[in-house]
Amino acid sequence: MATVEVENQQLQSLRDRARDARRLIVETIFEAQAGHLGGPLSAADMLVALYFDVMRIDPQRPSWPDRDRFILSKGHSSIGLYTVLALRGFFPVAELATFDAIDSRLQGHPDMKALPGLDMSTGSLGQGLSPGVGMAIGAKRRGLDFRTYVMLGDGEIQEGQVWEAAFVAARYKLDNLVAIIDHNRLPQYSWPNAGGEGLTMHQPEIAARWQAFGWRVLEVDGHDMAAVLQTLRHAHEGAPGTPTVVIANTVKGKGVSFMENHYAWHAKPLSQEQRDAALADISAGGNS
Amino acid sequence: MITSETIAPRVAFGETLVELADRYPDLLLLDGDLANSTRADILNNARPDRFLEMGIAEQNLVGVAAGLATLGFVPWVSSFAAFIASRDLDQVRVVVAQPRLNVKLAGGYSGILTGSTGKTHQCVEDIAIFRAMPNMTVIAPADGVEVRAAMTALMEHDGPAYLRLTRDASPVITPRDRSFEIGRAYLLREGSDVTLISTGVQSVRTLEAADLLAAEGISAHVLHVPTLKPLDVDAIVAAAARTGAVVTAEDHSIIGGLGGAVAETLGEHRPTPLRRVGLRDVFGESAPNAPLLEKYGLTPRHVADAARDLLAGSRA
Ligand SMILES: Cc1ncc(C[n+]2csc(CCOP(=O)(O)OP(=O)(O)O)c2C)c(N)n1
Repeated sequence: MATVEVENQQLQSLRDRARDARRLIVETIFEAQAGHLGGPLSAADMLVALYFDVMRIDPQRPSWPDRDRFILSKGHSSIGLYTVLALRGFFPVAELATFDAIDSRLQGHPDMKALPGLDMSTGSLGQGLSPGVGMAIGAKRRGLDFRTYVMLGDGEIQEGQVWEAAFVAARYKLDNLVAIIDHNRLPQYSWPNAGGEGLTMHQPEIAARWQAFGWRVLEVDGHDMAAVLQTLRHAHEGAPGTPTVVIANTVKGKGVSFMENHYAWHAKPLSQEQRDAALADISAGGNS
Repeated sequence: MITSETIAPRVAFGETLVELADRYPDLLLLDGDLANSTRADILNNARPDRFLEMGIAEQNLVGVAAGLATLGFVPWVSSFAAFIASRDLDQVRVVVAQPRLNVKLAGGYSGILTGSTGKTHQCVEDIAIFRAMPNMTVIAPADGVEVRAAMTALMEHDGPAYLRLTRDASPVITPRDRSFEIGRAYLLREGSDVTLISTGVQSVRTLEAADLLAAEGISAHVLHVPTLKPLDVDAIVAAAARTGAVVTAEDHSIIGGLGGAVAETLGEHRPTPLRRVGLRDVFGESAPNAPLLEKYGLTPRHVADAARDLLAGSRA
C-alpha cells in the first residue's frame, strides 16, 4: 500500500478511537454519577494520538524500562486517560465500570500504585511537570532514549511550581521532555470578567511565557487529528538541548454540543436524557 | 554516655553522603540552593556527578526527586526542615508519600538551634507533620554518629523517609559499633525512679539531666527514641512501667511530636503520669543557642525540674 493510504487509514482509525473514547467517557461518568467531563473530552484526541501512535509503549509490559513516559498532570481528567488505556489494551474496557467505586484500580485521580500503566500519581494541580523533569534527567543519566510527555491544563499553569519546573527543564537541557498544554481556555470556575463572556482564562501570552523560559513552542489545533499527529510525532525533534511545549488549542467538552465551551460541564453528573443526547452528538460528530 | 568528642550532625550528613554515594551508584542528592548550609556541599566537592542543583524552588525539588525515584534512583532531597515540612508539603504528600516512592527528605536546621536565623528558619512542627502522614518514616538522630548509622539504614529501606538534622556541633553519645535499626528505641541509662524519654540532639541534654537528678539522689531511666515513626511502642511502654513516671523532652513542639506520641501510646497501653518538655505551642526567635535553650525550656535543668515536679506531684 502506498504510504499516503496507510497514513489515511491510520488517521481514520485514530478518529474512530477518539470517538470511542468520548463515548466511554460519557458512559462511565453517567454510570458513576461522578467525575469530570469537560477536560477529558478536550484531551481525548491527543491522548489517543499518544497511546495509539506517538508513544513507544507495550500494553503487555506496563513497566518496560524503555517505554515512553506519560504524566497526566491535569489528573482530574483521569477518565480520559483510563478509557484510552483500556481501548489500547492495558486493562479490560469492562473495568471502566468500576471507576470511582470502592477498591477500584481506577481512582478519581490517577494512582500509580493502583493501576499498572500510570507513570505518576497526580491530582493536585501544578505538580506533574516536576516528576517529568526527574524522569527526563534520569533517562539521560541512565543512557535511555525514552521520551517523557506531560499533559497540563491551561488553568493549571497558573501554579508557580510549573514555572519552577520549566526553568529547571531548560537549565538541564531536557530535549527528551515534551509538555502538552490542553489550552481549552476554561478551568473550573475562572476569572470573572476576564474574557468576553465573563468566565474564561485569557492567556494570549501563553506561547511567549514558555519561550521566555527557554522552551521551543509548537501550536496545534488539538482536535485536528492529522495536525496533532504531525506535531506530537516530531515534538521531540527540536533544537538539541531544548525542551518542547505543544500548546494545543482545544474546546472544553469537545464533541458534545451542549457541553462545549461551558464551564459548568467541567464536572457534573449527567441525567439519562443528557447522556443520550451526548452519545448521539458523539456518534454524529465526525470530529476532524 | 556523653563522650568528649563533638560532631556537627550536618557535617556527618555531608560526609556520609560521600561514603554512601560510593557504595550505592543510584544515590543522588538534590539541593535547594543551601548546600553550604546543609553541608551537602561536601558531596558536591567530592562527587559532583551525584549532586543536582535544583535552585530555590522547593516544590519542584521534591517532584523531580519523585520522578528520579521511579527510575530506581535513590534521591536525597536536602533543604531546611522548615521548607521541607511546609513549602513543599503537598508535593511530599502527593508524589512521595502517597505512591510510596523511595525519596529521602533530609531536613537540616530543625528545631530552634538554627544559627540565629529565627522563626522562619526554625522548625518546631516537622515531626508532628510527618508523623501524621501515612507511609512516612521519621527519624531524628542524637548525634553525628547516629546520623551516619541512620542514613546507612535508610539506604536499605525502600520507602519515603524524613531525616531530622541539626546544625551545630554536639557531643557524641552513640556507640560507633552500634548499627541503627529503624523503629527501635535505645536505652541510654538504667534507672528506677523516673523515665526520661527524648529524641534527636535533645537526648544529649536529657542525659545531662539524668546526671543532675543523680546528684540529688533521683535515679533516671533514659530512653532515646530516634525513630518517631514507626514508634517502638514496646520499649516506651516497658520504660514507663519500669518507673511509673515519664518525662519527654524534644527540641520541637510538645504537640504532635515525641511528647504527643508518648502520650498517645501510654494513654492507650499504660496510663502513666507524664510531663512534656518542649516548645509549648510557640514559635522561636533569633538568638544564640544558649539563651534560646534557656528561654524555651530545653536545658538539662528544665528536664530535671520537670522530673522532680512530676515525682513530687505523684507522691502527693
Ligand atoms: C492544587 C489544586 N487546586 C485546585 C484543584 C481543583 N481543580 C480541579 S480541576 C480544576 C480546574 C483545572 O483547569 P485546567 O487546568 O484548565 O483543566 P481542564 O480545563 O483541562 O479541565 C481545579 C481548580 C486541584 N485539583 N488542585
